[in-house]
Amino acid sequence: MSEKKTRRIWDVPDDENFYYGHTACQGCGGALAMRLALKALGTDVAVTIPACCWTIIAGGFPGHALKVPVFHTAFETAAIVAAGIKGGLEVTGRKSTISLAWAGDGGTFDIGLQALSGAAERGEDIIYAVYDNEAYMNTGIQRSSATPPGAWTTTTPAKRPNPRPKKNLMEIMAAHKVPYAATATPAYPEDLIRKFRKAKEMAGQGLRFIHILAPCPPGWKMASDYSVHSARLAVESRVFPLYEIEDGGRKYTINYWPKGIPIEEYLKIQGRFRHLFKPGGEKWLEAFKEFVEENWNQLVEKHKLTHGTTDNIPRGYYK
Amino acid sequence: MSFKKVTTGNHAVSYAVWSSRVQIISAYPITPQTQIVELLSEIVAEGKLQAKFITVESEHSAMAACIGASATGARAFTATSAQGLALMHEMLHWAAGARLPIVMANVNRAMAPPWSVWTDQNDSLSQLTTGWMQIYNESNQEVYDSVIIGYKVAEQVHLPLMTVLDAFILSHTSEPVEIHTQEEVDEYLPPYDPGEYYTIKTEDPRGYGLLTMPSDYYEFRYKVQRAHERAIEVFKKEFKNFEEVFGRKHWFFEEFMMDDADYVIVTSGSLSSDVKYAVAKLRKEKGLKVGVLKMRVVRPYPFEEVRKVLGDRKKIAVIDRNIGFGYHGVFYEELKSALYPLEKRPPVFGYIIGIGGRDVTPADIEDIIDDMLKRDEMTEIIWKGVRL
Ligand SMILES: Cc1ncc(C[n+]2csc(CCOP(=O)(O)OP(=O)(O)O)c2C)c(N)n1
Ligand code: SF4
Ligand SMILES: [Mg+2]
Repeated sequence: MSEKKTRRIWDVPDDENFYYGHTACQGCGGALAMRLALKALGTDVAVTIPACCWTIIAGGFPGHALKVPVFHTAFETAAIVAAGIKGGLEVTGRKSTISLAWAGDGGTFDIGLQALSGAAERGEDIIYAVYDNEAYMNTGIQRSSATPPGAWTTTTPAKRPNPRPKKNLMEIMAAHKVPYAATATPAYPEDLIRKFRKAKEMAGQGLRFIHILAPCPPGWKMASDYSVHSARLAVESRVFPLYEIEDGGRKYTINYWPKGIPIEEYLKIQGRFRHLFKPGGEKWLEAFKEFVEENWNQLVEKHKLTHGTTDNIPRGYYK
Repeated sequence: MSFKKVTTGNHAVSYAVWSSRVQIISAYPITPQTQIVELLSEIVAEGKLQAKFITVESEHSAMAACIGASATGARAFTATSAQGLALMHEMLHWAAGARLPIVMANVNRAMAPPWSVWTDQNDSLSQLTTGWMQIYNESNQEVYDSVIIGYKVAEQVHLPLMTVLDAFILSHTSEPVEIHTQEEVDEYLPPYDPGEYYTIKTEDPRGYGLLTMPSDYYEFRYKVQRAHERAIEVFKKEFKNFEEVFGRKHWFFEEFMMDDADYVIVTSGSLSSDVKYAVAKLRKEKGLKVGVLKMRVVRPYPFEEVRKVLGDRKKIAVIDRNIGFGYHGVFYEELKSALYPLEKRPPVFGYIIGIGGRDVTPADIEDIIDDMLKRDEMTEIIWKGVRL
């Protein structure tokens, strides 16, 4: 038999540390993100999961779908339980194990923000990843402070959609002077993997934070095969730029210069924004665009402050 | 060699935690607990205790940090009081449900509003059904010993344990306490061995606290209850071992002048000293056959043992420094139901006293005994010393 030579065209490890038997919906961005994150981190990882969709996704008693230990905890405690686990591993002589907190946006932007702030400020030696599907999905799509302006949720009906801009958690983390904060989405797997690897290499330097946009087909009211597509559109339309904040909040780097496609392309495939395109929806569409533009412009300025130029930002094909 | 040190209840806790070789300490300041962790942070900073100290941003997180650490097989400790304990409530269930042998000192302080920093038992008694074991203490020596016994029992039955001391009357009052050397404590308390199932290990990637269907959840709760029942036997064994190593006797309760007592005052915490004083006086002056039963371990509840010593007395008065709103004093209600299965059982009278740190004197206790002697029938709740 002749040996077939394969040339790797992308840097995504073959190892699967996330198995079948999980219970995520089809096209769950949060499930996809974990699969990629564990490819980057390997198996010397202890995962802490607070109440969120991942409570379910991981699988019910007596089995679970990850090749690493999973410790479930209360909704608002992901950061501190992960820190406690890290401390325990340290004092019992297992220093190499990475402690990963893996929480939803509700458990991070809202109810878990206090514990996250404490852990970030103290420099706890953990990786904290939020898979952000922009609402409380596990309890049936209620608004969180990560819900974007104008979006429908079951607590912000189309007649009175979410009135406020999405909370800028990356800036909150930067203000804590964490050594590393990055955004990622499963639509750019190599980017996501690189960021988790970087976070892993920074072990011992403090809390490393990764904000993942994780499309949720049932919550966003779209077909399940739009999951990766929608995340790509979010990046290309500058709704969710890919960037990193390093050096204790001092160094901003935009990882990819988006094509700047119309925001409508991102919004129109999602039922949660349908009312934006009906009579009376213009003001919400405006609010959404304003929010995106303001964030993007500020981000570009910060990149310039760090690098003196935007010419160094990769353009074109990005994965 | 052990030595006597004049020390506060708070520092007695710190010394016991030190010699228990605790590995993770996480706490948040609250009066009157704060001194416990202040001294511990010094001990850790000086390198005398090889532990990691996590200065969290709330009590909820303090308990959560202990939970994470204990789940890796580390020995964990925290201390709190009143509002802090109430804030922890969700995580108290978590610690017990996850079967983690965390030991916590709770300084009994009245709950707000209105604000108070003085002692009563409503904070700790509000947590009776969380799955934690609870020990109440009368003296700083008992406080010290309870931490060491606490770890020894907790780690065998995989349940957390709360040791309880009164605000100021114990926490800030100095008494001679026999402090033991590391060698002596080591002889009694070996390092924590979590066993195969209770530790997070990446070589053996188990899931902890997974979503569990009604077909299995029920048994998890049954096992927590079984662990409590088993703890009764473990306590007996460990009280005996403790006496052999340290020479001090402990039991689920202390009996004082009980041998021939027709009348018994059931009490707990620091006010037991006033009760003993009054009882000794009445015995001496009036020849009244009265004794004291001071409750120490209330979770697990020592049903058999209590029935054995109280079953054939003439009358019992229970003194509660707490109020179970809409019901009665908590110790009173629990004692009544413990005695209920007996064919012949004495009448039990319930007295509320000393709430919010109101001073309790031996004269108050004499009044209570007087009142009990006059009563024939169990009546409504009796408030001693309430100003109306
Ligand atoms: C203290 C507490 N309050 C409320 C809940 C109910 N609850 C469970 S999961 C959840 C929503 C989680 O939302 P998020 O963190 O965004 O994760 P997602 O479900 O969207 O993945 C809520 C409200 C809880 N478990 N604990
Ligand atoms: S509801 Fe959304 S986040 Fe939750 S499992 Fe389904 S797709 Fe994933
Ligand atoms: Mg969510």
